[in-house]
Amino acid sequence: MNFFIRTKKRLSRYLNAFFKKRQSRIGIYGPPNAGKTTLSNRIVRDWTGDALGPVSEIPHETRRARRKEGITISNQNGNRVTIDIVDTPGVTTKIDYQEFIEYGMEKDEAVKRAREATEGVAEAMHWLREDIDGVIYMLDSTLDPFTQVNIMLVGIIESRNLPVIIVANKIDLPDASASAIRKAFPQHPVIPVSGLEGNNMEELYEKMLEHFG
Amino acid sequence: MIQGVQIDLISADRLDKMTTMEKIRLILDDVMEGNIVVLEKGLTPDEQSRLIEITMREITPDGFSGIEMETYAPKDSGSSGGLFGKLLGKKGSVTRMTVIGPANQMKTIKKDKDLISAWVSSR
Repeated sequence: MNFFIRTKKRLSRYLNAFFKKRQSRIGIYGPPNAGKTTLSNRIVRDWTGDALGPVSEIPHETRRARRKEGITISNQNGNRVTIDIVDTPGVTTKIDYQEFIEYGMEKDEAVKRAREATEGVAEAMHWLREDIDGVIYMLDSTLDPFTQVNIMLVGIIESRNLPVIIVANKIDLPDASASAIRKAFPQHPVIPVSGLEGNNMEELYEKMLEHFG
Repeated sequence: MIQGVQIDLISADRLDKMTTMEKIRLILDDVMEGNIVVLEKGLTPDEQSRLIEITMREITPDGFSGIEMETYAPKDSGSSGGLFGKLLGKKGSVTRMTVIGPANQMKTIKKDKDLISAWVSSR
């Protein structure tokens, strides 16, 4: 009898290992300074007490994709999803080191930051094509959402049939307009939040359970 | 000699015969010389993704600083992908006219759903 139980358990373990789906990798994408790392830190801190990376007002602070594994999000109804959060460098089609000099950086430091930023953008695009299972697309709701980068990136995400939630960030600022973002991308759910203040995060977590679960 | 900017208009027929890398090289080589490229038919999302990636690899300090690109959102073409695509409800999209120029010479003035205004300077 013991032999059958042991065999059954062993077989079950092998089958689980073979068919176990890896956790979904949810990429946080968007243009530079949309608040991607602030939101990533907020999500990671809310569910694990940890943090993912430093933030700065100078664009391209995040120049490498960073992944935090095994974040379990749940609600009071007992729904839960375990995901990896991938914080990505801000996507753009142009980078000039002069921009960083305007923030007070020395030339050498600015050139280095620009070089790392170009590598980071290329890396972010590679992740999107190869390794991402769902996207939180971050937009600064005080800015016009009709930019080429936003239209292109949302098009790329749609062409890969990835589930996407658009986050209208910085709603704590007076010029914020989530409605302009809803108007620009009516085909996707838009959740207004303040990653910095933690406003309306519950709605975002509910949408993440619904979309990525 | 007249001072100005060269504009190259590339037909959809020519683009259809090219591979992804041929299109990207054609665009970047042209733009890095200071020219404006107009594609009659835009790039697919995958081609756009690769264009961004390769553009980043071409950027140098005090040299090429990237591209400015303008196009409208792709149009939904309804079901595509043959019988399987129709059965799965898969939708296709039609790419649209696209303008690409050097980031230090081309600036977008205004963009909405059906109007794009750009400003171009000579080097």
